[in-house]
Amino acid sequence: MTVATGERAGAVHVSGELLDTKRIGAFRHLTVVAPGVPERFRPGNFVAISLGDSSFLARRSYWVHRVRPVGGYGAAIQLVVDPNGVGGAWLAGLPAGSRIKVTGPLGRPFALPKEPVSCLLVGEGYSAAPLFPLAERLRERGCAVTMVVAGADEAHLLSSLEARRSVRAVTVVTADGSVGQKGRVAGVIEEALARSQAEVVYAAGPHDTLHAVAAAAEAHGAWSQTAVEVPQPCATGLCHGCPVPVVGEDGVARVARACSDGPVLRGDRVRWGDLG
Amino acid sequence: MTVELAGLTLANPLLVASGCGGTGRELVPCLGEQGLAALGGFVTRSITLDARAGGPAPRVVETPSGLLHATGLPNPGIDLFLATELPWLARQDTRVVVSVAGRTIGEYAELARRLGRSPGLAAIEVNVDALETGSGEPFQAASVVAAVKRDLPRGLPVLVKIRPDLVRVVETVRVVLEAGADAVVVGTAQPAALPDGRPAGLSGPAVRPLALRCVTEVCAAFPAAQVVGGGGIATAADARSFLAAGAVAVQVGAALLHDPTTAARLAADLTQELV
Ligand SMILES: Cc1cc2nc3c(=O)[nH]c(=O)nc-3n(C[C@H](O)[C@H](O)[C@H](O)COP(=O)(O)OP(=O)(O)OC[C@H]3O[C@@H](n4cnc5c(N)ncnc54)[C@H](O)[C@@H]3O)c2cc1C
Ligand SMILES: Cc1cc2nc3c(=O)[nH]c(=O)nc-3n(C[C@H](O)[C@H](O)[C@H](O)COP(=O)(O)O)c2cc1C
Ligand code: FES
Repeated sequence: MTVATGERAGAVHVSGELLDTKRIGAFRHLTVVAPGVPERFRPGNFVAISLGDSSFLARRSYWVHRVRPVGGYGAAIQLVVDPNGVGGAWLAGLPAGSRIKVTGPLGRPFALPKEPVSCLLVGEGYSAAPLFPLAERLRERGCAVTMVVAGADEAHLLSSLEARRSVRAVTVVTADGSVGQKGRVAGVIEEALARSQAEVVYAAGPHDTLHAVAAAAEAHGAWSQTAVEVPQPCATGLCHGCPVPVVGEDGVARVARACSDGPVLRGDRVRWGDLG
Repeated sequence: MTVELAGLTLANPLLVASGCGGTGRELVPCLGEQGLAALGGFVTRSITLDARAGGPAPRVVETPSGLLHATGLPNPGIDLFLATELPWLARQDTRVVVSVAGRTIGEYAELARRLGRSPGLAAIEVNVDALETGSGEPFQAASVVAAVKRDLPRGLPVLVKIRPDLVRVVETVRVVLEAGADAVVVGTAQPAALPDGRPAGLSGPAVRPLALRCVTEVCAAFPAAQVVGGGGIATAADARSFLAAGAVAVQVGAALLHDPTTAARLAADLTQELV
């Protein structure tokens, strides 16, 4: 079994138009017309957004949740925004019709297996966003896809309803037990791996979740692809401000740039203990 | 139209500031068809003798109208840089300026020796801020410049990057020019601290008026000197105010992190202006 390295596509820099914004649970789902981005998008890519107030210089990164056709516009991207924080609150408060500076698609996407193998997708909170288009891509390749969708509570859970079309089984986990199983990813990952017999595990979420998934995958002899989120001040590889401690192919400890060497990295290559 | 800087002909007065253009490759998609050739020049992140992994996170933190940075100068070290990065940069049809940083004067001299033997670079920019002791002292800066000049072949210009510290900037420029600097870059980031207290540089529009004041004073004090201005430049109007103060060229850093297309826009705008 081989898993190729995710190929990077060239990014475009555009003034996007916010076509539609709606609240779903605790998050805002934004549909943005950003010409050039949908065509180049691969699951695991993200976009960088500049805040309207240019006194905020750092860019904000958001996973592309979905690419969908929109009448008259070709295709648009969908983002899931947690409205906490300066940038999130600004984005979530924008009315439809607003212009947003978008750069993307950025980063190394999820690598796809060359053969139609069993895959387990594990996502927590808004971070599960990139796993939905990934599930579709994997299914197109004939992979059997199983999913674990987790969140703090029902409001912080991405809906698995649509995913059910592309996946064989979905396990829902919430920390407070408001829906699905009560608990955290670390508590269900072993069983999910055993049941799915997955050869590749894809994970997106907080670092402790990714660490637990990577460790469990390794114990099962599965490959893992983890989508790491660290602050990315420029998100375009220019500033070296997004360090992720990794181990290179030669076994030597190195520091990678999350935004351009990642954000998807092999789980067994990240030095989770040093990531903080 | 072109500008002359330290004996070099630049396609336009816009240089990418050290540490803000990645390895150069990351900037290419943001520069249009011309790639790096759209720039007057590209300054590399500071290169050290030994490889450096860089400092702990957070390395770059937002502050109103500014970015605080304490990157720890991540770079592959001079040998790997010469083998893997400079050859590509040299093919990009732009002026490649290699920024060097050392802990000691001896390290700067050694860096100069290695670079002096390498084809493909147009100039060296000396980042004196990296000195382990006395980095803010004018005489230390002058000693570094003298050491670098001594070990470089003739004809390879040395740019010296100087802190926009109003109290000492004129004195520092005086001594580094006496020591043989071909041009001065005013300036570097302002000394600052991260919220956790670690020393950091402050860059971005917040520092622009301070840097412009320093550039103005330096140009007035040394009308014949070749001065490159920088600090917080984000628009063509910003760049023009530095050129109007007497700078020959300008550097843009933090603005690229906010919008990587800034370099192409400013370069195009400034080129038009000069025609
Ligand atoms: C690859 C990637 C994909 C992401 N996708 C999404 C997404 O789909 N939906 C979503 O809601 N959020 C996502 N995030 C997180 C989001 O980018 C940050 O939380 C966001 O920058 C916060 O900005 P803010 O102004 O709202 O928060 P504030 O807390 O006000 O941000 C302050 C500063 O800290 C930085 N920062 C702090 N914590 C983080 C963090 N964990 N990750 C990144 N930057 C941080 C911010 O960039 C900013 O400079 C993603 C992050 C990355 C790296
Ligand atoms: C993230 C970051 C990294 C930097 N790295 C270097 C460096 O390696 N060497 C150097 O001489 N200056 C470095 N600088 C300083 C810039 O080159 C520039 O002089 C300074 O930021 C002021 O210009 P600006 O406000 O346009 O960024 C860095 C600045 C930033 C923001
Ligand atoms: S965020 Fe600037 S290099 Fe990754």
